[in-house]
Amino acid sequence: MLEIKDLTVEVGGKEILKDLTLHIERGEVHVLFGPNGCGKTTLLMSILGFPAYKIIHGHIIFKGVDITDLPTNERVKMGIGVAFQNPPRIRGVTLGDMVNIAQGRSEAVIDESVIALADKINIPAVFLRRDVNLGFSGGEVKKSEILQLMAQSPDFIMFDEPDSGVDVDNIELIGGIMCELLDRHKLPSKRKRAGLIITHSGFITRYIRADRAHVMLDGYIACSGMPDEITKNIMEEGFEKCVEKCSAR
Amino acid sequence: MNGDKNRLRSLADVSGDYLQDLLHAGIEPSETGRSGSFLLQDQSVVYSHTSYEGLELMSVSEALDKHEWLSDYLWKVIPADMDQYTVDVGSGANGYFIRSKANAKVTVPVQACLFIASDKIGQKVHNIIIAEENSELHIITGCSVAHSVSSAFHLGVSEFYIKRGAKITFTMIHNWSGGVEVRPRSAMIIEDGGTLINNYILMTPVKSLQMYPTAYCAGKNAKVSFQSIIYASASARIDMGSRAVLKGDHSRAEIISRVVATDDADVTVRSDVIGEGSSSTGHIECRGLMLSDNAAIVSIPELKAMRKNLDLSHEAAIGRIAEEEILYLMARGLSEEEATSVIIRGFLNVDITGLPDALARETKKMLDMHLGKLM
Repeated sequence: MLEIKDLTVEVGGKEILKDLTLHIERGEVHVLFGPNGCGKTTLLMSILGFPAYKIIHGHIIFKGVDITDLPTNERVKMGIGVAFQNPPRIRGVTLGDMVNIAQGRSEAVIDESVIALADKINIPAVFLRRDVNLGFSGGEVKKSEILQLMAQSPDFIMFDEPDSGVDVDNIELIGGIMCELLDRHKLPSKRKRAGLIITHSGFITRYIRADRAHVMLDGYIACSGMPDEITKNIMEEGFEKCVEKCSAR
Repeated sequence: MNGDKNRLRSLADVSGDYLQDLLHAGIEPSETGRSGSFLLQDQSVVYSHTSYEGLELMSVSEALDKHEWLSDYLWKVIPADMDQYTVDVGSGANGYFIRSKANAKVTVPVQACLFIASDKIGQKVHNIIIAEENSELHIITGCSVAHSVSSAFHLGVSEFYIKRGAKITFTMIHNWSGGVEVRPRSAMIIEDGGTLINNYILMTPVKSLQMYPTAYCAGKNAKVSFQSIIYASASARIDMGSRAVLKGDHSRAEIISRVVATDDADVTVRSDVIGEGSSSTGHIECRGLMLSDNAAIVSIPELKAMRKNLDLSHEAAIGRIAEEEILYLMARGLSEEEATSVIIRGFLNVDITGLPDALARETKKMLDMHLGKLM
């Protein structure tokens, strides 16, 4: 579904991603680990096509189409979705408005279908009238992002640190919805969607099983493997040691 | 009294050419959901009707014939010699007289329209609005101009009396065009426990507009709220202010402005709160959004404290549309243009508080209609 080939990306004149290659097949969920500042979010923003992320060389292929030069909204229309880690606050634009926008509806009303969707992730109807992200707690931001994804229903979903700043009760709820969004309750052969989860704590992997895990260091993927094994190595010995172990094999 | 030859039998009889111009000023020609309607065309009162219990609506000239006491209300809050414009309006200018009787709750809005139909005219208006003790009154005033008019001048004096325990919401929608110069002169007296919520909406171009309405919170616990939403476009020259004089103990004022400036528009937003009464509180909030290098926004908040036990504050911010907000919306599927439009709508979407639900919905609809045209 997503193929990234030799991608080098600069931000503000500084090279952040270096010849990065990554394949995610339909039905698969990948987890991307890595220390702060290694380039995880840069990869995500590059896949989205944000203009500050300048592609020096390489290609991003989505559903067989080269999207390297497409504007963000065209990529989104092709089925790419994202849950941001720190989304901006927009005054006067409510969470309900965002849900309508994500659904591609022009209505400005919060109707029963929107309320029912919000209820699935424990967001009360009154909350939909609040300006998006304005005064939201960490957990509320995450739930609001997931709700927008539920409305959008994309084929390929990227989650940027879905577990940071979320309490235990909510992480279970968020994990459950992520499983649903990514077809994890279906048999592997029936899974149509794919996902990429960015995490530095790995906490979320207790609630959603991934097919493959990668460790990113300094702008490239330093090692890849089975999620359980990689998680265990990272938790016990840290990122660098995990990579050393990988390369020793 | 009703002898004007030009009088319409109903508001829907207004010339078809003008219907859109009225609609864009928030006027409902069918009069559905209105407790009364008034239309002044150029200098003539062409329509005035209400049958709502507790509500009086007529021209000021008719009202002066009916109520001897009314002459005491003319030029009382606004000095007749305040400036050249009030002098120009002078005596004898007609306008609307709207009055809610004591204890009457006129919860359905009254609509009044001041309309310029003829080119190169100077329209002079004098309005009187009275909410008697413990009454409630909701008014939508639409000022509009026929699209055939290339230049005109509008001078409007409005004097408001909000008696003890009364409440007025006054929503003024200006729908001018690039050739019209506008000089409203408004002032309000608010007695003990009275409330005025004054909303001002300007979404269309105007050649020049200058106004500085003043609310005198004369009584104990008197409250005023000024909320202005301005989308300044073309070569508009706008200088608009809102002033609250907090004389009464525990009186309160809130002045909120949202200004978008695009094209070559030049907007000055003045706000002034003067605290004289014990435990009075006042807050000014001005936010500006710049969409053009040729536009300008000047925000001038003033606070004057004359007591030790009061609280006055102001905050102002002028900026641009943040790129990360546009990208966030694009990541949900909107194009750059659509995202920009959503952000501007949101910026202007002040939660106008204190309006009855139906009026709040209509005000929002008005805003959407204009924003829909702009973007």
